[in-house]
Amino acid sequence: MMTFAPLLLVLLPVVAALVSFALPERLSAWRNAANIGVAFVKLLVVAYLLLQAQAGVVFEWRYEFLPGYDFVLRLDPLALLFVTLSVFLWLLTTIYAIAYFDRGPNLPRFFGFFNLCVLAATGVAMSGTAITFFLFYELLTLATWPLVAHRGDDKSLRAGQIYLTYTLAGSVAFLAGILWLQSLVGAIEFSAPANLGAIPPLTLTLIFILCIGGLGVKAAIIPFHGWLPEAMAAPAPVSALLHAVAVVKAGAFGIVRVIYDVYGIGTVAELGLGVPLAAIASATILYGSVQALMQSDLKKRLAYSTVSQVSYIVLGASLIGPFAVIGGLVHLVHQGIMKITLFMCAGALANRMGITAIAELDGAGRLMPVTMAAFSVGALGMIGMPPVAGFISKWYLGIGALQSDAAWAVAVLAGSSLLNAAYFLPLLYRAWLLPPPPGRPAIAELATTRDRMLILPAVVTAVVSLGAGIFASLSFSPLGWATLVGLGYLR
Amino acid sequence: MAVPLGFMLAALLAGRAARWLILPAAPAMAGLALWLALVPADAAYLVGHWDLPLGILLRPDGVARLMVAATALVIGAVGLHALADPPEKAGNAAQAETFWPLIYLLWAGANAGFLTTDLFNLYVTLEMVSLAAVALAAMGSLEAALRYFMIALVGSLAYLLGVALLVGRYNTVDVTLLSQVAQPDLATMLALGLMTAGLLIKAALFPMHGWLPPAHAAAPAPASALLSAIAVKLGFVILLRLWFEAFPAVSGQTALHVLGGPGALAVIYGSVQAMRQQRLKALVAYSTVAQVGYLFLAFPLVAGAPDPSGAWAGMMLHAVAHMLAKAAMFLAAGLMLKAAAGDRIGDLGGLAQSMPMTVTAFGLAAVSLMGLPPSGGFTGKFLLLNAAIAQGAFLYAGVMILGGLLAAVYFFRALSACFAAGPAPRAPATLGVRTAAPLVLAGLAIVMGFGGSALHNLSAIAAPWAAPGAAAP
Amino acid sequence: MVTGHVYALTGAVLAGLGLFAFITLRHTLRQLLAINVVGAGIFLILGGLGRGADATDPFPQALVITGIVVAVALTAFGAAMIVRLAEARVATKAATRPDGGKPGP
Repeated sequence: MMTFAPLLLVLLPVVAALVSFALPERLSAWRNAANIGVAFVKLLVVAYLLLQAQAGVVFEWRYEFLPGYDFVLRLDPLALLFVTLSVFLWLLTTIYAIAYFDRGPNLPRFFGFFNLCVLAATGVAMSGTAITFFLFYELLTLATWPLVAHRGDDKSLRAGQIYLTYTLAGSVAFLAGILWLQSLVGAIEFSAPANLGAIPPLTLTLIFILCIGGLGVKAAIIPFHGWLPEAMAAPAPVSALLHAVAVVKAGAFGIVRVIYDVYGIGTVAELGLGVPLAAIASATILYGSVQALMQSDLKKRLAYSTVSQVSYIVLGASLIGPFAVIGGLVHLVHQGIMKITLFMCAGALANRMGITAIAELDGAGRLMPVTMAAFSVGALGMIGMPPVAGFISKWYLGIGALQSDAAWAVAVLAGSSLLNAAYFLPLLYRAWLLPPPPGRPAIAELATTRDRMLILPAVVTAVVSLGAGIFASLSFSPLGWATLVGLGYLR
Repeated sequence: MAVPLGFMLAALLAGRAARWLILPAAPAMAGLALWLALVPADAAYLVGHWDLPLGILLRPDGVARLMVAATALVIGAVGLHALADPPEKAGNAAQAETFWPLIYLLWAGANAGFLTTDLFNLYVTLEMVSLAAVALAAMGSLEAALRYFMIALVGSLAYLLGVALLVGRYNTVDVTLLSQVAQPDLATMLALGLMTAGLLIKAALFPMHGWLPPAHAAAPAPASALLSAIAVKLGFVILLRLWFEAFPAVSGQTALHVLGGPGALAVIYGSVQAMRQQRLKALVAYSTVAQVGYLFLAFPLVAGAPDPSGAWAGMMLHAVAHMLAKAAMFLAAGLMLKAAAGDRIGDLGGLAQSMPMTVTAFGLAAVSLMGLPPSGGFTGKFLLLNAAIAQGAFLYAGVMILGGLLAAVYFFRALSACFAAGPAPRAPATLGVRTAAPLVLAGLAIVMGFGGSALHNLSAIAAPWAAPGAAAP
Repeated sequence: MVTGHVYALTGAVLAGLGLFAFITLRHTLRQLLAINVVGAGIFLILGGLGRGADATDPFPQALVITGIVVAVALTAFGAAMIVRLAEARVATKAATRPDGGKPGP
């Protein structure tokens, strides 16, 4: 009965997007209700799908979009992991965005594209063929651009332009890679990897470089990370979504797909491509951390932190050992919930107190204790402090590195954790231990509904990231699910 | 097809009331196009029941079906748009009246041209379309139109000379009959060369595009939409008939690079020029030069592919998507320019706020023209790229990819400008037919991306590669 | 056959002359006339080469007649446009001349 369930997940945001585009500003209450309602329904659908997936059902919806090329939506465990993450975080971000903007200009447009963006992210997750993946991947690029350029000032427009330049160039490389591979083996289905044995290793390597390089732009791997800090000109809900679920993650997710479902672990290992990729990922991790350390703007520091953290996923995928794979996959989820916490808090600070620079954080913990508490959970998680979720990821990654005889990767992880601590702990120190500057008035943090809508989503994600760490051993935790996915690939 | 001709006469007679004729005309033509798309694959009609070679044979193959349908959509939408927003310069109401008979003339000429397979009839339809096109262009700038007219005349005569040579050589001008008797001798080569040169002028392939940007940029928006979407395509379709149907034996793969090479250059040159334009309509006009390049770039790809159906469908889809998207884009650009402070790209600031629907239409059309998914433009380009890579034509593949990137650069420059904060626009945003028309066209160009399979099969009906030499009834 | 070739050769010469004139002359009216000469040449070629074995083959004749009709229509149209353009130029000159304070076009 529910074979079209994956399709439903794609169509629901279309409805919300159309409603958002069509309703005039004076009906904004209806628009908000539609957005939250659709997000909620989607969450219910995902819950149903999760239950079914536990019973071993794999949903698939297929449509021949060109002769020989199918449009396939398929909910394998990896897809479900990402879909759950994006749908859950989308609901929270929607609530947050409504409170954040309140009555700003151009909101119909904003929420319209916001929905399209999430549509594309879920689509990317559920894609069953390379061409479907590319369709959604590009839709994501397009839907995000108006969000990045939303404010319409010179800075935003420039950010939008840089974003497009990078991502379109990346997409083109990726497309070239896919087409090349398809010309050799026919349409690429993720569920049935083609036999690549007959293709000369050099060709395979080149295609791999094209694909990973193209996807690496969105995943912000150096040297393709330049757009991400620029894109900080976007409003906070956009940054939160961009960093946690949508753009950056789509890139990382794509890399995971290419390594595991297109090439397969064996082929990647045979070609000797895992180690160079791991090296690049490591370089990105360290470079991002060092850059983050040097930023004085709060959002920019968080942005460089993303550059560094997303490469953990790539590192895990490229190390090719059971624990590393699981660590990378689980970090896909963990980084998402922790980073979205941080961004939502940063946005709330800017929105309520006008704080954008790190130097202004003094005493913020006393003025907005709830917000800063959530922020602290996220920050500690990023450092890898137990029992927050980030610790689990790093632990698995570390063990995985040792299993793959890549002790240097452990050194990278350790160094990065130190750097993480170096750039996050001063923030917490300022916020909690320094007194607020004398001129800053006290505010009522949770006085109105709007305030609560602004701050509570971050609290929820903070609690979830704690929970994901503490209850990691349960089978329905992100770790449990990632283990399921990872073992599936290693079988 | 006689129906638009009838409408044209009616429009001439009706004078001031002519504009309302579009209301019955649009659905009638759309219905006919649909009927045409569904008729059995081997249908053919002899007008007046004269036998070949004297009679006129109308043969609705896949190309014709797609093109006629797209033409009906484009002219219908443009007509409805113009109904709400007559294309006239200030204080020149007589000009608006001439618009209506002209579009029916264009419609009739284009449809007849898509359907007929007789090279001389094609000449007549070519002239009908040129005449209508020049007159439409003259609504903007007489000088540009006159230039267009002169060049088009030379093109027509070159084509006619080619026809004359063929008549002398084979005593027939029917495409199907020619394909059975054609020999690769000097006279045939000369004729083919002359006709190709003439048609390339009409299709505005680089380096014979010089007339297009001034004429298209100066004409009123609905006229530019028709010019870019339809007038240019007829030359392309006739070239298809020549190279793939009449003379497949004569035109070898190497010869097709004569078309593919300039096509590739046109993609690059048109894109670079579009990037350098300061005025919005000039940008859109140069983008037509680039898009026409893709169509010709596809020629060698079709010929070189082991299974040409993919490249063929890609070429046709690209043509149709371009028709829809470019018409939408010109209409949207026209509305935007009316509301904006000036006709430069920098003057578009604030439009994204004041006329979101129109900017959306522009954006959607741009998506299709750039070849980003999901859109008809993407599907077409994807098929072409696939064909190029499959046969190792990496140079062409590279050009297509580069062209897409450049298109993104120049279209997003215009879109960015719309998003910039700007002065309050002069005209308030209004909903209605004139806003809806470009949106619907652009939307169709996007939706095409989802119907790839159906369109693919439609394009393959009686295609020349399907049964060489046996496509006749 | 020989007469046919004579016609065709004459046509070729005419077409060549017309093309030469089209390229060298700058005035649009003359260019239009030059194109007409080219057209006439081509019709001669068409008629001359297309005679076939039968001296009164209707086929090329039908083509030529249709072609001439088309050519006449186009010439009329072109001439009309040239007149319009000339009128417009005169009008702008007249409009700008009386108030000399404005800069010229």
